[in-house]
Amino acid sequence: MSYQKRSKEQLAQRVAQDIHDGAYVNLGIGMPTLVANHLPAGIEVILHSENGILGMGPAPAAGQEDYDLINAGKQPVTMLAGGAYFHHADSFAMMRGGHLDICVLGAFQVSATGDLANWHTGEKDAIPAVGGAMDLAIGAKQTWVMMDLLTKKGESKVVAQCSYPITGIACVKRIYSELATLECTPNGLKLIDTVEGLTHAELEKMLGLPIAAA
Amino acid sequence: MINKIAPSIEAALAGVKDGSTVMIGGFGTAGIPNELIDGLIAQGAKDLVIVNNNAGNADTGLAALLKAGRVRKIICSFPRQADSHVFDELYRSGKLELELVPQGNLAERIRAAGAGVGAFFSPTGYGTDLAKGKETREINGKHYVLEMPIYGDVALIRAEKGDRWGNLFYRKAARNFGPVMATAARLTVATVHEVVELGALDPESVVTPGIFVSKIVRIDRVATEAGGFKKAA
Repeated sequence: MSYQKRSKEQLAQRVAQDIHDGAYVNLGIGMPTLVANHLPAGIEVILHSENGILGMGPAPAAGQEDYDLINAGKQPVTMLAGGAYFHHADSFAMMRGGHLDICVLGAFQVSATGDLANWHTGEKDAIPAVGGAMDLAIGAKQTWVMMDLLTKKGESKVVAQCSYPITGIACVKRIYSELATLECTPNGLKLIDTVEGLTHAELEKMLGLPIAAA
Repeated sequence: MINKIAPSIEAALAGVKDGSTVMIGGFGTAGIPNELIDGLIAQGAKDLVIVNNNAGNADTGLAALLKAGRVRKIICSFPRQADSHVFDELYRSGKLELELVPQGNLAERIRAAGAGVGAFFSPTGYGTDLAKGKETREINGKHYVLEMPIYGDVALIRAEKGDRWGNLFYRKAARNFGPVMATAARLTVATVHEVVELGALDPESVVTPGIFVSKIVRIDRVATEAGGFKKAA
């Protein structure tokens, strides 16, 4: 059977659909920021930014940028009524202390048991940079990864064991992707959903890993 | 009478010695004490260890300090930027030592120094390359890495308002590392855009109490760009 991949917007929508009313959420730099545009109507979600913001709002209108009010990606944002500013140690206490409900991150690789690799490709001449990736990976009550399942070369980014340097051990709870939504458990992958037309068996073959039924 | 208002940046930075560990606040375009960094370049101290979230952008500020060959080592979380070419070149040629620290561990190590905590166990980084060689411990079934405080000889930070007792009030997300760095250094210098009379800052909204601040220098606001107070670097 034929199937159609989720577009980036559809993927963002799929993630957003699982965010509950009242959740404190950190959206990582890159694709995860799209999730903010698709939060279900009628719920209140409080966005956290590592540089000391709770209640972060959307980008300002052109001409309204304030460079004292930026997100983790250094882009101008706005503040919602009810928001708060705090210093860096408090901001990371919110992560490390397990106060955030959900953190959505991008990834290079995720292992079946939830190890995350998203900070370094391991190339020798690459300049390393980690930022808040390691703190975010292990801090929230649930860490979700949003990524394509396959690399441009068609290799699976969900692996038995990460070959890239890891960011955190067994920290990813769910993988949201263009083809399927998966849960990482101590026993390996578990299926949550696939796009229409893609079978469980086809997905297992694609990833080269066993996936427990939903 | 206590008066922490310094007449100039030059006067505020007079005591910075060669070999100092200098903490520099700021994240992205917010809270970077550019005027103090320029002052440090003019002041001349060398062989410095810099603590900052990043490692300089373009050719100004921290990048200019690096380019001037005054920094021995940098402790930061995210050195790689689209325009971090000054750092990249020094690092690749082995002229600059890098200690890469996860951002939350960086903030907490600074906080620990200011709070007199000898070391602490953090779950961040456990099992990763950045925890290699560090002591670990399992506490109640969870794994932790022993992290040491980062003490500063000097902290350079940017705030919005201050008074002669050194109390500081910040603006929006420009607060970031300022309050923790202020606690961790022996000489903390803050720039402010407004010096106010004692009592003008509501004691309930003082973010950094003056006990953590050594000197305050008033500086002009940078020209407003597109409604903001600073232009993106």
